[in-house]
Amino acid sequence: MLTKRLLEHERGGYILLAVLAALAIVVPIANLVIPEGSPLHMSTFMVQLLGKYLCYALLAISLDLVWGYAGILSLGHGAFFALGGYAMGMYLMRQIGARGVYGNPELPDFMVFLNWDALPWYWYGFDNFWFAMLMVVLVPGLLAFVFGWLAFRSRVTGVYLSIITQALTYALMLAFFRNEMGFGGNNGLTDFKDMLGYNLQSDATRIVLFLCSVAALAFGYLACRYVVTSKLGRVVAAIRDAESRVRFTGFRAETYKLWVFTFSAVLAGIAGALYVPQVGIINPTEFQPLNSIELVVWVALGGRGTLYGAALGAALVNYAKSVLTAALPEVWLFVLGALFVLVTIALPKGCVGLVERVRRLRHA
Amino acid sequence: MTKLATTVAVIFAWLVPWAAASAAEEDFHQGVAALAGAESYADKEAAAATIAGSGYPRAEAVLTALLEGELYTTRDGGRLVTTADAEEGYAIRDAVTEEDLGSVGRRDVSRVTVNNQLRGTLRSMLAGLKLRHEDPAERSAAIREVGESEDLAMLATLEQLLTTEQDSDVRDTIAMAIATLNLDSTDAAARLAAIEAVSRNTSAHVRTKLTAMAGDDAADDATQDAAKSALVSIQRRVSFYELVQTAFFGLSLGSILVLAAIGLSVTFGIMGVINMAHGELMMLGAYTTYVVQQLMPNAIGASLFVAMPAAFLIAALVGIAIERGIVRTLYARPLETLLATFGVSLVLQQTVRSIFSPLNRSVITPDWLAGSIEIVPGLEITLNRLYILGFSLLVFAALLVVLRYTRFGLEMRAVTQNRAMARAMGIRTDRVDALTFGLGAGIAGLAGVALSQLTNVGPNLGQAYIVDSFMVVVFGGVGSLWGTLVSGLSLGVASKLIEPAAGAVMAKIFVLIFLIVFIQKRPRGLFPQKGRAAES
Repeated sequence: MLTKRLLEHERGGYILLAVLAALAIVVPIANLVIPEGSPLHMSTFMVQLLGKYLCYALLAISLDLVWGYAGILSLGHGAFFALGGYAMGMYLMRQIGARGVYGNPELPDFMVFLNWDALPWYWYGFDNFWFAMLMVVLVPGLLAFVFGWLAFRSRVTGVYLSIITQALTYALMLAFFRNEMGFGGNNGLTDFKDMLGYNLQSDATRIVLFLCSVAALAFGYLACRYVVTSKLGRVVAAIRDAESRVRFTGFRAETYKLWVFTFSAVLAGIAGALYVPQVGIINPTEFQPLNSIELVVWVALGGRGTLYGAALGAALVNYAKSVLTAALPEVWLFVLGALFVLVTIALPKGCVGLVERVRRLRHA
Repeated sequence: MTKLATTVAVIFAWLVPWAAASAAEEDFHQGVAALAGAESYADKEAAAATIAGSGYPRAEAVLTALLEGELYTTRDGGRLVTTADAEEGYAIRDAVTEEDLGSVGRRDVSRVTVNNQLRGTLRSMLAGLKLRHEDPAERSAAIREVGESEDLAMLATLEQLLTTEQDSDVRDTIAMAIATLNLDSTDAAARLAAIEAVSRNTSAHVRTKLTAMAGDDAADDATQDAAKSALVSIQRRVSFYELVQTAFFGLSLGSILVLAAIGLSVTFGIMGVINMAHGELMMLGAYTTYVVQQLMPNAIGASLFVAMPAAFLIAALVGIAIERGIVRTLYARPLETLLATFGVSLVLQQTVRSIFSPLNRSVITPDWLAGSIEIVPGLEITLNRLYILGFSLLVFAALLVVLRYTRFGLEMRAVTQNRAMARAMGIRTDRVDALTFGLGAGIAGLAGVALSQLTNVGPNLGQAYIVDSFMVVVFGGVGSLWGTLVSGLSLGVASKLIEPAAGAVMAKIFVLIFLIVFIQKRPRGLFPQKGRAAES
């Protein structure tokens, strides 16, 4: 029943889930079982790279939920991702304990360096994994709730909303760059050692993190499908298309938007939390407006309003980025810039739209 | 006593009005000849006094050389020379004519020796010379220095000067210097009068002296109280100056924000197009300034006047190209326009990075923009910021004129108010669109010229301003030029006022948060548009 509701007529969704299932089976075998010399062996670096793409895909899906279905173009979704990442980073920081350069069992290195003598109050509790996980969900969720409550209630929409979300992430970036904030300033949080007692550098831990990312993406996708196929989702889509009509029909448009926005921010936070242990660092550049706006192009390229398209876009753009920045670093920004222009002018429905158009042509 | 006597002698020498320059020259040469032949220190002192008294322009250089022990006489002929170390012996120059006399061995010259007493006399002679310098600014500086010397013997000199000085500003300076010296006076009445007089002087020296006096329990109560109240009034004056200074810096920052934002208020406010490449158009303007300076390295002063129209044109052309190529196809889809123009901004950034390298380029500030003017002592205003403030007001006024009094402005307003009707009246709306966008872009180019005088010119120049300038436009009210002006200036002043208490970054964060909250309360900004046009 539920499966039918979530996946009926969703060929793309089936493909996404199938790909994820395949990854969950093939990658651990290729990395752990097949010996290193074999051509089928997958290096730990590749595992980590794929894991990163999965986190980006989850982030893209969370943006697609608000942009594609609720019509809210957030240019600050990277902020929620980074906040989730910082919450995870703080837990990992506390796990280092006395193994830091300064060997202080209580304080992270950068605090010792700044001559702080006690942990700031907002670092309390982060030595507990479950508390940290709660914060991963709570901090981005709360920020999105407060921000959305203010913004939607006063009916800030369209371009204005985009600009203030951009201002939000910009302000957060400036704040996190400050050493006095107690989040490591410029350098951010890094040099993580282990998580729940497992060494982060070991292959097995990395595979487990990878599998967690696969699961998070699959569940994130299904959860978003659940939302968009529910009554809430239909109201939200109606708000996107004609907000005042929905309002006149008796729905409180701001409440619907607020819940979707908050849910999306929580997903972005989870993506960030999975991202940090895999790449091993979180710093304030994650907040920079460019990141958030790049995220928008992933979704646009993949095809907004489809969810699986967003995941596809994230993977495509980031793969291109990995290849190009290694081979021709100067060209990458040209390509990204051209993508922005081409996608908006020539591919308003993204790759998914293109595939569909081709299929329709063949049927006709 | 000798010191005082010499000083007085020097002064009397000045008081004798020299009939012509030739008389001064004659005295000077006489003094130099006497110095070259002098045997005893007393003779040297007399000769030096003659030189100082001549008022001849070279006198200062000769006496300084004598004081530093760089003055020698040649063995043959007894000519006075200045020396510099050369490979073997000395490179010598005639002390009077500065003629290069080649190099000589160490034994061919002998130093004109000075002793400590003579050094002291020379110093006060040199100070005296400076006190009579032709340039009133140099004169005032020397007088101020004497005022802070705590040397009561100089009082007589200053009082003497006061009777001959013609320039009223310099007279004020002299009076202040006398009062400052009198702070050390042994006469209680003179001291009190001095404290009273210096209470409008904000210099650090006076403040330290007064603080010492106010805390000195050995002094009598009247002095202590007077010093305390003088300190309070000085403090009040200083904080007032600081406030004025902060307000000026705020206005300056605000004027930059206004410059950055008025181009945007044309494209975004009037046309409703989100141009994320606006910052990069500013960057193009700044790089144009750089290129123009490279092309005319011998006329840096004039280069800005070439750079301004050039930057306007280049930015406007790029703007028109963006409008024709991209924005036109995306009208009525504001979010897509935002993304596409953001793509353009990335391409422009990378283009500049590939052509000019990612490093910052330095743009030279022309002489007429450099430096600062002192409005009152303790209150200085830098010229470049002042000019930029004026420039942004000028650009603003010009834009208002274009919008209100030209045919193009009329068509522009017509198209924004009712596109279909304007078209029916025969206005070529697509041409108007392109030109309007070009105008906004051109103004961004002009802003870039101004920015190149304040910050580093690099590929990321524009990025730093894009969020700010959108904020300014939205805060002021989309479509309202006056709103942009008011909001830019007030945001600038506000962030500078917060800055001393919270630091630059926190000030910026506070302003951003304030704006985010403000938009919630008044989504249409400070000066919302009224009427039918606002509804769409």
